Amino acid sequence: MTRKQRRLTMIGGALAVLAVAAALVLNALRDSIVFFSTPTMVAEQHIAPGKRFRLGGLVQPGSLVRGDDLAIKFEVADGGAKLPVAYKGLLPDLFREGQGVVAEGALDASGVFRADTVLAKHDETYMPKDVADALKKQGHWKDDYGAKAGAGAKPDAMASQGAASSAEGATR
Amino acid sequence: MIAESGHYALVLALALALIQSTVPLLGTRLRDFALMNVARSAAVGQLLFVAMSFAALVTLHVTSDFSVANVFENSHSLKPLIYKVTGVWGNHEGSMLLWVSILALFGGLVAIFGTNLPLSLRAHVLAVQAWIASAFYLFILITSNPFMRLADPPIEGRDLNPVLQDIGLAVHPPMLYLGYVGFSISFSFAVAALLEGRIDPAWARWVRPWTLLAWTFLTLGIAMGSYWAYYELGWGGWWFWDPVENASLMPWLAGTALLHSALVMEKRNALRVWTILLSILTFSLSLLGTFLVRSGVLTSVHAFATDPTRGVFILVILCLFIGGSLMLFAGRASALKQGGLFAPISREGALVLNNLLLTTACATVFIGTLYPLGLEVLTGAKISVGAPFFNLTFAPLFVPLLVAVPFGPVLAWKRGDLLGAAQRLMAAGAAGLAAVALVWAWTRGGAALAPLAIGLAVFVIGGAVTDLVERVGLFSVPMATAARRARGLPRSVWGTVFAHAGLGVALIGIVCETTWNTEYIGSMKAGDRVNVAGYELKLEGLTPRPGPNYRELLASFSVSLDGDPLSVMTPSKRSFTTRGMSTTEAALLRRGVSQLYISLGDTTPDDAIVVRIYHKPMVLLIWFGPVLMAFGGLLSLSDRRLRVGAPKPAKAVRAMQAAE
Repeated sequence: MTRKQRRLTMIGGALAVLAVAAALVLNALRDSIVFFSTPTMVAEQHIAPGKRFRLGGLVQPGSLVRGDDLAIKFEVADGGAKLPVAYKGLLPDLFREGQGVVAEGALDASGVFRADTVLAKHDETYMPKDVADALKKQGHWKDDYGAKAGAGAKPDAMASQGAASSAEGATR
Repeated sequence: MIAESGHYALVLALALALIQSTVPLLGTRLRDFALMNVARSAAVGQLLFVAMSFAALVTLHVTSDFSVANVFENSHSLKPLIYKVTGVWGNHEGSMLLWVSILALFGGLVAIFGTNLPLSLRAHVLAVQAWIASAFYLFILITSNPFMRLADPPIEGRDLNPVLQDIGLAVHPPMLYLGYVGFSISFSFAVAALLEGRIDPAWARWVRPWTLLAWTFLTLGIAMGSYWAYYELGWGGWWFWDPVENASLMPWLAGTALLHSALVMEKRNALRVWTILLSILTFSLSLLGTFLVRSGVLTSVHAFATDPTRGVFILVILCLFIGGSLMLFAGRASALKQGGLFAPISREGALVLNNLLLTTACATVFIGTLYPLGLEVLTGAKISVGAPFFNLTFAPLFVPLLVAVPFGPVLAWKRGDLLGAAQRLMAAGAAGLAAVALVWAWTRGGAALAPLAIGLAVFVIGGAVTDLVERVGLFSVPMATAARRARGLPRSVWGTVFAHAGLGVALIGIVCETTWNTEYIGSMKAGDRVNVAGYELKLEGLTPRPGPNYRELLASFSVSLDGDPLSVMTPSKRSFTTRGMSTTEAALLRRGVSQLYISLGDTTPDDAIVVRIYHKPMVLLIWFGPVLMAFGGLLSLSDRRLRVGAPKPAKAVRAMQAAE
C-alpha cells in the first residue's frame, strides 16, 4: 500500500467508528433522556400517562402515608399545584416532609405519579437545584430558602456557605 | 499566626510561580543558561512553600483552631484525628490547596529528576507548569482562601459532612488528584514541544513514565471512589454515571489512549502530532473535571461549592489553557514532521484502533455529561441523562475495544499478520467460548448477554496470558529455560499482561454483579428471619450506641448458610448531632470475591426497621481489576528502560567513548 492508501484506510476507519458512535448517541438521546417537571408544569402540559419524567418539588407536609409492605404515598407541591406520588421501597436518608424531593417515574391513568426512584438531594438547609430554580421561576421562592442556601462571601454568612454541601440519597 | 504564615507561604509560592513562568522562557530566547536554570530552583522553592502552606492548614485543622473559617465550617473538636486531617481536603478551599500542592509536587519532581533533560526543554516544561500553577494560586488566593479568619471566633465547629467522615476521604481525593494533576506534566511537555517546534522519540520516552504514573493513580483513585460510594452511600451501587464520576472517567479514557499512543511514538516514531494533541486533551479533560466539580454547575454528591464567582474564575482558566494550547497546536502542529510508516494491520494499527475507540467512547461520555448543561443554557429545558444513555453508547464502543485488546500485543510492529495473530489467540478464544457455554449452561440460558460478556472477559484475560506464554516459550522449551526467560522479560511486558488481564477481571465482576445481584428490601423486627441467595439472616436486635461525634443505632444480624452459623453483621445508622444529618453504615460480609451487604433504612412506628440486603456475586472483582491494572502500571514504571530520569542510551555510549 502506498502512504496515501494507508492514510485513507485510517481516515475511513476513523470516520466509520465516529459514524457508529454518532448514531448510537443520537439514538440514545432520543430514547433515554428524562425531562424534569414540577406539579404546575405537569398540570399545564398534560403529560401523557406512561411517559417517564422527573418530578421535583416539596414534599407536602402532612401528606406522607405509609402503607403495607413499604408502599408510600405523598404529595409533591410547588406552591402552584400538587401531585400525588405513589412509591414502593426505601426512602433516602434525607427524605422529609416539607423538604425538596426529585422522583422519577410516570403518571398512571388516574393521574397518580408512580415513582420508581426517589432522590432527595439536600441536607438540612440545601434545596435540590432543579427544584429551587423552578420555584424561583414561578415566584414561590421564599427568602428563607435563599438565606439558608445562600453562599455569601461575608464572614457572617460563611456559616451557611459551609452547610451548602449536598448529600444525595436515592432508592431504587 | 499559623494561618497567616500559611497564607503568606502561598503568596510566596505565587510569586515564585510568576518568576518561573517568565524568566526561563526569556532564558531560552536569549540562550542564557543561568536564566533557564532559574526554572529549576523556582520549582523546588514553590514545592517548599506550598508544602508549608498545606502543612499550616493541616495544623490548623488538627489543633481545631475555629478562628479560621475553613476549620470552623468543616471540623469539630470531637472529630477523630484522622478525619481532622482528611477534613482538610473534604471541602472546597482545602481540596484546591491539595490540588496545587500536588501540582507543585509534580513540578518539583520534574525539576529534581529532570537533570538529563535538554536544558531548553526543561525550561519550557517548567515554565508551562508554572503558568498552570499561577492560575490556580490566583484562584485560591482570590476566591477560595482557606486561611480566612473569622472576626468572632466560635467555640465549636460545624463538623464535616458525615458522608465524608470515612477512611475513603483519606485515600480517594489524593489518589484522584495525583492522577488528574499528573497529566499536567504531559500537557506541559506537549506545549513545550510545540513552543520549541521540535519533538523526537526521546520526548516520548520522557512523557510516557509521567503519563503512566498519573494514569496509575487515576485508576486507583477512580476504583477507590467507586468502592467508597458502594459501601458508604448505602444503596449498593458502585457506578452511577453521575457527572462527577464521568468527570474522572473522561481523563482516564483519554489518558489510557495517550499511554498507548506515546508507546507508538517512542517505539516507532509515528503518531507524533496525535500524541501531542492527546496530551493536551487529557489534561484539558482533567481541568474540565475540576471545573465541573469545583464550580457547582452540577449538583451532585461531590459538589460542595456553590459560589458563582469561583465557577466563572475556573471557566476562565479552562478557556485560557484549553483554548490557548489548542490554538498553539493548530498553529504549530503542521511544523512537526510526520514519523514512521506502518500498515493498517500492525501493532501500530491496533494501537490506533485502541486510540480511536477510547477517544470516541470518551466523546460519548463527554456528550452525555455536558448535553444537559448545554440544553439548559440554550433552551431552559431540564433533562437528565442517566445510565440508559451510557449503556446504549459507551458499552457498544467498548465491546470492539475489548475484542481488539488481545490482538495488539501479539501483532508485529510495522506490518502484522492478522491470521497468524488469530491462530496464536486460538487457545484464548477457545477458553472464551468454553466460558460462554459453561455460564450459559449453569444459568440455564437466563440472560443471553451475560455469558457472552463473560466469554469476552475470559478471552481478554486469556489473550494476556497467551502473550506471556508465547514470549517465555512455556510448553515449547524446558521449564527452566522458560523460567529464565520469564525473569528476563522486560517489566513493561509484565505490566501490559497485568493491565490487560485486569480489564477482563473487572468486566467479569461488572457483568456478574449487574446480572445476578439478589436484593431484599423490607421491614424486619427483632427475631425476623429472611433468606437472600441461600443465606439466612436473622435480625437479633437493635441497640443504640454513642460515638465520638454521633449517635448510632446498631442492628445485629446473624448470618447462616445451610444451618451453619457464619458470622454476625452489624450495619448501623448514625445521626450526627451538629449537622442534623444521618448516614448509613453498611455491613459487608465477604464470601470469596462475593459480598453480602446490609444497610438500614428508617425505623417504623411499630419498632420494625426497614432493611436492604443484597447478595452481590463477584462484586470485588470490579475493584480488583483496576488494582491489577494499576499494579501493571507500576511494574511497567519500574522497567529500567522507562525509569524516570534514566539516562538516554546514546548519551551513555558517548560518555563511555569519552572516557576511553
